Amino acid sequence: MASPIEQFQVKPIIPAIGFTNSSLFMLGTAAVIVVGLLFAARKRALVPGRAQSVAEMLHDFVASTLTDATGREGMKFFPFVFSLFMFVLTANLLGMIPGFFTITSQIVVTFALAILVIGTVIVYGFVAHGFHFLGLFAPSGVPGWLLPFITVIEIISFLSRPISLSLRLFANMLAGHIALKVFGGFVVSLGTAGIGIALLSPLPLVMAVGLTALEFLVAGLQAYVFTVLTCIYLNDAVHPGH
Amino acid sequence: MADPTKRNDENGRESTSSGDADLSARLKSLDARIEKASAQHGEIQESRTRSSSDASAMGQAFRLSAEFVSGVIAGGIIGYIVDRLFATSPWGLVVCIILGFCAGMLNLLRAAGLAKPARYEQRQKAPKDDN
Repeated sequence: MASPIEQFQVKPIIPAIGFTNSSLFMLGTAAVIVVGLLFAARKRALVPGRAQSVAEMLHDFVASTLTDATGREGMKFFPFVFSLFMFVLTANLLGMIPGFFTITSQIVVTFALAILVIGTVIVYGFVAHGFHFLGLFAPSGVPGWLLPFITVIEIISFLSRPISLSLRLFANMLAGHIALKVFGGFVVSLGTAGIGIALLSPLPLVMAVGLTALEFLVAGLQAYVFTVLTCIYLNDAVHPGH
Repeated sequence: MADPTKRNDENGRESTSSGDADLSARLKSLDARIEKASAQHGEIQESRTRSSSDASAMGQAFRLSAEFVSGVIAGGIIGYIVDRLFATSPWGLVVCIILGFCAGMLNLLRAAGLAKPARYEQRQKAPKDDN
């Protein structure tokens, strides 16, 4: 029986340039997004067809999430946030196709995305607000002797954001895919164990079907959570301290 | 619905002139209407959350655990870097992991909505800081 973590192995495809199955699926994800959105927007009809209305719904959904969290000034980050949302969502959903590689189950990928978000927050915060941005770390209304501790804790809390952002997406995708594989493995090993025991093998199959539905939910939900948290962190950069 | 009737009793005792009584009657009716509307709203909210509670409970668990663990990990990384830079071997790690624990708790309370984000307090309290 295949090991449940074999699906996460990164295998080189073209070793000379370090091109692996992970890179292939990242390129594939980007290609699916670009081709899909171009296909959806090809007519630019005033009354949208099916594909176009899906694309418009995605756009409006991300735009309303962003403006809810950051207000109108946050819309300058819309291309960034929309790309992140589409990339994570498409990568999660592509990973649900059997035999496909799930790139968001690699912590390197999710951590790179989270570093991109936090890097944007820090760079934009300093460029737009200068040292006033550091006011984020010193909450007012704290007694003077407590302020150094609180500031250190706030800084650690800020630095833990990329870790929690990447850890959550990575852990959800990894755990879900392992659980699916383990239940799939139960079906096979129960089915080949003997005549009496083989009757039990549909039970984990039912569980695996339920888990598949749950995994589709988690794939969408985690893309949404990643986007919402990105918007909340960007809000700190757009309006620090007020 | 027990609260507005009690308040009505108090108002009735306190009000002396007819204008006051009129005002208290209007207040009472407004109170009752707000109570009714918020009760309805709460019911709708509750039914909506109950329908998706199983899936979102798991999401919540993942989210909160990630918040807490990441605080401790960030503290550990900072402690390790401090130790490497200043050769203070175990102490930087010890102190920073404890501070990371505090930061993880803070993250946890903020994610659960039990502590206000720092920015919220600032908006109310610091007009002189804010330029």
